[in-house]
Amino acid sequence: MTRDAGPARDEREPRGALEGRQGRATRDVILLSHGAGGQLMSELIDDIFVRGFDNPILRAREDSGVIDVAGRKLALTTDSFVVAPVVFPGGDIGKLAACGTVNDLAAVGAQPVALAASFILEEGLDQSLLRRCVESLRAAADEASVPVITGDTKVVPKGSADKLFITTSGLGLAPQNTTISASAARRGDVVLINGGIAEHGMAVLCAREGIDLQLDIGSDCAPLNRLVAALLDAGCDVHSLRDPTRGGVAAALNEIAQQSQVCIELREEALPIAPAVNTACELLGLDPLQVANEGKMLVLLPEEQAEAALAAMRCAPYGGGAVMIGRVLDGPAGRVQLKTRVGPARIVDRPVGEPMPRIC
Amino acid sequence: MKYVDEFRDPRAVRELAQAINRIALPRVRLMEVCGTHTMSIARYGLRELIAERAELISGPGCPVCVTPQGDIDWFLAAARLPGVIAATFGDMMRVPGSDSSLEQERARGAEVRVVYSPADAVELARRNPERQVIFFGIGFETTAPAVAMSVLEAKGDSLANYSAFCAHKLIPPALAALVAAPDLAVNGFILPGHVSAIIGSRPYEFLAREHGVPCVVAGFEPVDVLQAVRMLLLQIAQGRAAVEIAYNRAVAPEGNPKARAVVSQVFEVADARWRGLGDIPASGLAVNAQHASFDARRRFDLTVSPAVEPRGCRCGEVLRGAIHPEQCALFGRRCTPREPVGPCMVSSEGACAARYRYRAAPAGGEA
Repeated sequence: MTRDAGPARDEREPRGALEGRQGRATRDVILLSHGAGGQLMSELIDDIFVRGFDNPILRAREDSGVIDVAGRKLALTTDSFVVAPVVFPGGDIGKLAACGTVNDLAAVGAQPVALAASFILEEGLDQSLLRRCVESLRAAADEASVPVITGDTKVVPKGSADKLFITTSGLGLAPQNTTISASAARRGDVVLINGGIAEHGMAVLCAREGIDLQLDIGSDCAPLNRLVAALLDAGCDVHSLRDPTRGGVAAALNEIAQQSQVCIELREEALPIAPAVNTACELLGLDPLQVANEGKMLVLLPEEQAEAALAAMRCAPYGGGAVMIGRVLDGPAGRVQLKTRVGPARIVDRPVGEPMPRIC
Repeated sequence: MKYVDEFRDPRAVRELAQAINRIALPRVRLMEVCGTHTMSIARYGLRELIAERAELISGPGCPVCVTPQGDIDWFLAAARLPGVIAATFGDMMRVPGSDSSLEQERARGAEVRVVYSPADAVELARRNPERQVIFFGIGFETTAPAVAMSVLEAKGDSLANYSAFCAHKLIPPALAALVAAPDLAVNGFILPGHVSAIIGSRPYEFLAREHGVPCVVAGFEPVDVLQAVRMLLLQIAQGRAAVEIAYNRAVAPEGNPKARAVVSQVFEVADARWRGLGDIPASGLAVNAQHASFDARRRFDLTVSPAVEPRGCRCGEVLRGAIHPEQCALFGRRCTPREPVGPCMVSSEGACAARYRYRAAPAGGEA
């Protein structure tokens, strides 16, 4: 793995008297920020998991691992869901658990074949809540035409979990003849997305913290396998896909820029952000580029195919809002930048950790 | 956001910038003293747009940044006490104290809660009668009214388990200290819109009258900020110094007397220590005697060892406007939002964090 171009490089310089002021302590224990999809999480994955389980498929750091089995390319992925609150505007943890895993398969171009679902339940959980979440998981899986064929249940003492946690694993069939990968973006590609950003993160944040901004924001949580199938069926030569969940579009595109060793430039005026979401982000001081999505797919493919791809996406489920938001430029490799409405292009970093709303 | 879009219109921004650059003056230095201005200037690249006519520098306008290390250490010590729920605004979570941060204390078992308003902290106290809830009251005249309200609410409900740690600061005394400092050459102040919505424009008049420094109260959108810069340059060109308001849609000369009344019911003016500026007489707020039982400093007798500022960190000079963030050798190298050394890099409103986050992408080569 290469690191960020630019100032992040300097972080590897030997540290002087300052060593450990924050650094040692952040390595001591796991912080919530280690799970937030930003720089800290990326370092944790590199330092502990990729090193611990090292193999070429894992090292590729795709949303799903792709493996050849008896002449077929199978995609396998797994994802745990720990959202609070369990029910939020636009969905619940069950719907999220189906969509998240289907979308991780879709991000390597794979169509889902089967899902597994494991439930960790907290003692005292209301059974009607569990029933509701199972029904939503089932409904989302039905929509993606994939059965849940196995599962597991554990119950832990009150306080050892927060209501319920769900882990879903998904098996899918990846395209035989092409490799869609975060390391396959090329200069001359364009960046497309299927609609408004930051909706899931803002919906959950407002629901969790009881912030009533009098704004109608719902999660965009949705299965995107048909959207990706529509692109591939239209014959588009898709280079990279990524669903920008935790860490948002900023984190997802930084990963693609690094893994593909390219520079990605977004145009601020092209970013689709619903007015209510924009207002909520402004009020809380959050950057919509760093806020999570659960029903969006970033698509990178050659510029000459942009129109065909947009047309295919717009006819597919959840693709009605498809737009082009940027392009892949000549270096510097590993950088994402934003061409602002006013003023010069600025660097778009991955978030460090949890989004923290500001004071006033 | 339609209302705001008018103040972000790229054409209006460019036209204002051109008008500013056409004003016949030698280049001047203007200081803003508000974290939201810092963010807006960095985010929209306003500094570069008017660079030939004005140098924009940041002053002590970021509430997290001016909070002295000793106060942060005190609150970390309080968070570690058994039976305590430490409630704070989100931007304090990652601010480094001498040897820890609230985020790290939470991971080690302290009960630290991020709240969006002090009223949420009072609610926490209501729901957890067996715990002591302490709210970390930081910020300027803007946040003080809400913290004062929380104390009044707790008093009204006779909540014995709520207290506020008051580290509030007042902007006009800090500006008085800045203009008196020999090393500061500032030709005008861009005054904070939110603070001024509370205190009005009159408390700044001494700056124009006694020190001859032009002042303009500004809003937060790019057009607002540039409009204020233009008004400052016109004052300078005409040889005048006055306090003007470029943010009439939110600020009246008399401010908000109701909010001030709530503040003076609960707090009294006190000497305060500012990071970077040191001790400034009558520049902060403390809980008054009538509300002493809601004062966390009195309720919890904690002593923390004298704080040592991190070596090499020049946040103090950044906060005084003596240097730009890039002039600190740690900026973007050892000190990044990932591993902040000083508070100006950790708060999103800090001058260093804003400059780092919205740093321009160079045309080519390495950043």
